[in-house]
Amino acid sequence: MPELTKAKEPFRFSTRLHLTELTGLRATNLSQLSDLMEKVPDSCIYHHTHRFLQQHQYLSPEPPNDFAYWVAEVLGEDELAEKLASIDTIQYADINSLRKDFIFAINDFLKDSPLAKLKFARSGEEFHFMKSMSFILPTGFIAYDLNDFAQMLKQITFDSLYFHIFEARLRLGRGKNDFSNWIEDSFGDKALADEISGLDPYTYTLEELRKKLIWIIKERIFG
Amino acid sequence: MVKLEEYIPIVGQSIIDDLKLLGEKLKGKVIQHVNSTAVGGGVAEILTRMVPVLKELGIETKWDVIKGGQQFFEVTKKFHNALHGRKEEITQNDFEVFLETSQKNIDELDTSADIVFVHDPQPIALINKRRDNKWIWRCHIDVSNPNQKVWDFLMDYIVKYDSAVFSAPSFSRQLGIRQFLISPSIDPLSDKNKSLSMEEVDAVLKKYAIKKDKPIITQISRFDRLKDPLGVISAYQQAKKYIDCQLILAGGTAVDDPEGAEVLHEVKARAKEDSDIHILLLPQNDIEVNALQRASDVIMQKSIREGFGLTVAEALWKGKPVVASNVGGIPLQIKHKYSGLLCHSVEGASFALKQLLSNPGYAKKLGENGREHIRNNFLITRHIKEYMLLFLSLYYKEDVVYL
Repeated sequence: MPELTKAKEPFRFSTRLHLTELTGLRATNLSQLSDLMEKVPDSCIYHHTHRFLQQHQYLSPEPPNDFAYWVAEVLGEDELAEKLASIDTIQYADINSLRKDFIFAINDFLKDSPLAKLKFARSGEEFHFMKSMSFILPTGFIAYDLNDFAQMLKQITFDSLYFHIFEARLRLGRGKNDFSNWIEDSFGDKALADEISGLDPYTYTLEELRKKLIWIIKERIFG
Repeated sequence: MVKLEEYIPIVGQSIIDDLKLLGEKLKGKVIQHVNSTAVGGGVAEILTRMVPVLKELGIETKWDVIKGGQQFFEVTKKFHNALHGRKEEITQNDFEVFLETSQKNIDELDTSADIVFVHDPQPIALINKRRDNKWIWRCHIDVSNPNQKVWDFLMDYIVKYDSAVFSAPSFSRQLGIRQFLISPSIDPLSDKNKSLSMEEVDAVLKKYAIKKDKPIITQISRFDRLKDPLGVISAYQQAKKYIDCQLILAGGTAVDDPEGAEVLHEVKARAKEDSDIHILLLPQNDIEVNALQRASDVIMQKSIREGFGLTVAEALWKGKPVVASNVGGIPLQIKHKYSGLLCHSVEGASFALKQLLSNPGYAKKLGENGREHIRNNFLITRHIKEYMLLFLSLYYKEDVVYL
C-alpha cells in the first residue's frame, strides 16, 4: 500500500438520529398543498424531500419525495408528479429555494389545468405535514488518513453517512458535503473533493452510495 | 429475558451502538411508564419487552399500572370505542365515574419521576398531579375520527402535557403542544416473529388439517366487522374462480364479545359450502400464528379501520407478499407495488390476490422489499431509539440538536 499523508485534522464521524414531529396540518388538494408549503417551517420541506432516502433503502431512484408520491398515488396527477419528482435537490444550496421551486411547479400546473383544482384526496389519504427533529451525536469513528476513512465508511451506519452527505450540505448549510470539505481542507486534494461533491447522492440508495464512495477513495489511494 | 446483544445479528452492531450512545445521554433520568394493565393488550406487550431493554441501557425505568374497578373500565372501554368513531352513549355519570377513579389514582400513585410517560386515555388525568417534571401522553388509538364529546373531555388534559405521541399522521390534529409520530413495532425475537423450522410450521398445519396442495391465503385477526372477514371471503372466492387456492381466517376466540360471536357465526355460514376455507379459533397462541403466517403464500389484512395493523409488519417480516387496505397505519408499512399491494375494495383485493398468485417472482420481490422495510423501520430497536429521542426532545426546543 502506498504511504499515506496524514490529515491536518482527523475526520470525526457523527451520526444523526431523528424524530418525526407532527404539525396537525393537512392538505386535501393541490391548492391547499401549495398554500401550506408556503407557510410550514423549513424542517417540514426538508422532511418531505429527504424521508424516503432513509426509510426506503430499496427504492431508488423513485419516489424521491413525499410530494411527488402523494400527487401521483393519491391525486393521480402523473404529469405534475413527474415534475416534482425531477426537481434536482442537489442543485439547491438552501431549503427555501427548494421550497419555492416546488410551489412554483404546483402553481404553474394549476394555471394550465384548472380541473386539477377539483381533485380531492379521499378521507384518510390527505397530505400530512411533518417535520424532522435531528439529534447529532459524535461516534467513536475517527479517521486520520484516507485508508482509515475508507475502512470506516464500511462500518458507519446509514444515519452517519446520511448526515455527512445530505443533512450537513443542505440543512446545516455547509455548502458541500462534509467529506469533500474535509478532503479539501485536510489534504488539499481538490480533485478528489470535487469528484465526491460531483455525485448526485439523491439517485443512489445509501448502500450504493457507500460503495461508490469507498470505490472513489480506494481508486485515489491505489491509483 | 431477551438481551440487547441478541438483536445484533438482526439489525447490526451499529444500531445497538447508537442505542447505547443515547442511553449515556439519558443517564440519571428516571422514566416512569403508566398504563392501565400489566398483561394483555398491545401496550402491556410492548412495555414487557421494552422496559428490560431500557434498564439494560442504563436508564432507570419504572412501570406502574393504575387501579380501577369494573365500572371504571367499562367507561374507558366506551371512551375507547367512541374515540375509534363508534357510536356510544356517553352519560354525565360515565364522566363522573372516570373522574372519581382518576382522583383515587392521583392520590395514590407516586409520579415524581423525571419523565412520566402516560399510555392511552385511562390514566390521562394523572397530569393534574404534575409538578416541575416532564409529561408525555402516548395515544395508541386511531383518533382520526373521534367522538367529539369524548375528545373534548380529553383535550382538557392533553394540553397540559409537554408532548403527545401518535402512531399515524392521520391521527394528529392541531393541539397546541408538540406532537410526535412514533409507530409501534414488532419484536423479531418474540414467539410471534422468531424463525421457525419447516417441521414446526408443518406440525401446525397438520394440527388444523391444512394440506399444502394449493396456495394458502391467510388473514390473522379477531372476528370483528372492522376486519371485514366477509370481504376477505368474497375476494378469495373471486380469485378462486381462476386460481385454485385455500383461505385461512384465524383469530382469537370471541367468548366474551357478543358481536364477535355474531360475526364468527356469519363467517362460518358464508364458508360452509367451501372445504378450502379454514376458520381457526386461536386462543392467544403466538407460535401457531407465526407458523400460519410462514406457511402462507399471500397474507391479507382487509380492515375497514385499523389502529396500526401490526399483523402487516409481522407478515412482511416473514417475507410474505401482503394485500391490505389503505387505512390507519397500513400505508406506512406498505408502499403500493413496492412492498405490497394496497386495496380499497373487495374487487381490488381480489385482483391483487390474482396478481400475486399468478406471478410468484413479483410476489417474492414485494415480500423481500417488505422485510427490509420492516427491518429498517418497524422493529423494536427503532421503537426504543425513538422513545429515547422523545425523552431527550423534552429538554430541547430547536429542530437540530447537538448532543
